[in-house]
Amino acid sequence: MSNASNVRHFQQRPPLVFTFPSWDRVLIYLCALFIVCWSVGPFLWQMSTSIQPDRELMSATPHIFPYPITFEHFVNIFSGKSFHRYIINSTIVTITTTFLCLLFGSIAAYALARLDIRGRFAFLGFILGVSMFPQIAIVGPLYVLGSNFGWLDTYRVLIVIYLALGLPLVTWVLFGYFRSIPKTIDEAARIDGARPLTIFFRIILPMSLPAVVTTGLLCFIAAWNEFMFALAFTSDVNHQTVPVGIANFTGLHYVPWGDIAAASVVVTLPLVIMVLIFQQHIISGLTGGAVKE
Amino acid sequence: MAVAEVQNHETTLKRKKIRFSPWRPGPFVLLVPALASIGAISVYPVLLGLWLSFRDTTLASPTDTFIGLDNYRQIVSDGQFWNAWVHTIQFTTASTLLETLFGLMIALVLSERFRGRGIVRAAMLVPWAIPTVVTSKMFGWLFDGQNGIVNYLLRSVGLLQHSVNWYGSPDFALATIVIADVWKTTPFIALLLLAGLQTIPDSLAEASVIDGANAWQRFWYVRLPLLTPTLLIASMFRALDAFRIFDLVYVLTGGGPADATEVLSTFTYKNLFSALQVGYGSTLSTIMFITEMVIAMIFGVFLLRKMREVGQ
Repeated sequence: MSNASNVRHFQQRPPLVFTFPSWDRVLIYLCALFIVCWSVGPFLWQMSTSIQPDRELMSATPHIFPYPITFEHFVNIFSGKSFHRYIINSTIVTITTTFLCLLFGSIAAYALARLDIRGRFAFLGFILGVSMFPQIAIVGPLYVLGSNFGWLDTYRVLIVIYLALGLPLVTWVLFGYFRSIPKTIDEAARIDGARPLTIFFRIILPMSLPAVVTTGLLCFIAAWNEFMFALAFTSDVNHQTVPVGIANFTGLHYVPWGDIAAASVVVTLPLVIMVLIFQQHIISGLTGGAVKE
Repeated sequence: MAVAEVQNHETTLKRKKIRFSPWRPGPFVLLVPALASIGAISVYPVLLGLWLSFRDTTLASPTDTFIGLDNYRQIVSDGQFWNAWVHTIQFTTASTLLETLFGLMIALVLSERFRGRGIVRAAMLVPWAIPTVVTSKMFGWLFDGQNGIVNYLLRSVGLLQHSVNWYGSPDFALATIVIADVWKTTPFIALLLLAGLQTIPDSLAEASVIDGANAWQRFWYVRLPLLTPTLLIASMFRALDAFRIFDLVYVLTGGGPADATEVLSTFTYKNLFSALQVGYGSTLSTIMFITEMVIAMIFGVFLLRKMREVGQ
């Protein structure tokens, strides 16, 4: 939408010498407009759906712009389906996972980037290789282990699994970042008599805060969105996470699209806003710092 | 000279520090938490799965004996397995090709400088951030056979005469899943490829312009060959990911209608958790694991060869 206005802007206020924008410029703006609509459109439609009454949703001609507006779907999911339980479960699991992932991952990344470890690239290669394992290959055996330990239907089983799944990404991204910090800083601290862990927690970690926040966000999103393990390992509303809750939204006689849309908006809007705020950091985190402005 | 002296001094200091370090066990200790979690949650279960694949373990009854390669033999003659296998290959091929192609096109657009580029890039992160379960439900509503807006729009512009029951009919269900996956993942591929494009120095493209190359030649002879390693890496990650697709299928169609969208992950999951056939399910997952490793290795070898070519 803002791109549409950009195109108009561009045409109304030409540079000092009047030139009609060349055809390939127009083409680029059209492509850009298309990319934005394609990326954001489905979610905007989901938002519009969430505030339309069922009667309108079932009518022969859909209304792009919601009229009349209703909040009954939001009331439904919290009062009728106790959706807040899923949100609480997801929040507990996700925040604990993110914290542990950052703690273990950053310490490992620091050791690999900074300390004298023989065969560090073997470790990094191992971690990268493990991250390619298909998750379906571990869900069965883990279920057997989990039931032997009596860990089914607990938060801790999900936390431990998400921790291991998130660690490769955290370690790799932070490894790359720590390497970019000048070594002289460690050496100065070491001359002052600081131990490795002190250097890490007092100097390197505070210096890397932007990278740590971004990695934490990536970890958070991955854990928040995970579905298969949550589906397999939890069976009651006291431990199921949001994706499982939404997947189980089915009516007896019809699909409650309005309620589903409302639930989607509730759990996705915060993520989308966070992602838009941190977008620059996320893009450089995902692509190893290679995308320039 | 003074600098050299300081450096000398520092290295002796460093050596001394390490020798008298209280960290006698060495910095390996710092890797232990991470490696222990990964080992216990990722490596050990894969080995346990391999062991279970030679057994007839079920969770429904106490049977649990060693049966050798019986599970593997049973899979070869299992029609449902081959059905799921075909769908997985179809899905992986279609989604990887489409996503790499569209991703490349988007990356080329975004590598041009224009106003509002930051907004486009930010918008592209939205599909990536949305939980896959939500994506499934969202596409379920968009492509709904009765009230879906896609049917409505296609009918309004005259592309369709009647509403199509997209994921409710065996003919279109897999295609609908491919569309949903393309929507969700293309932006991510585009960002990876954009990163690759931006590492190619502008001077190369400028030089080719001076030599009289047009836009197409500039792309085909200058940027594409240099982008090949990135393209291969991106499509490898995509192929590995597409091969194990689970969430989208499980939530949107559950493998139906009439098994038309059953893929290996959903088939394995159902064997493990609906039929409770841990032994047979583990055999399936072991086969998937081996296939993924083979795909990764083929791409790896290919990539090394390409990189050597570019390097020379």
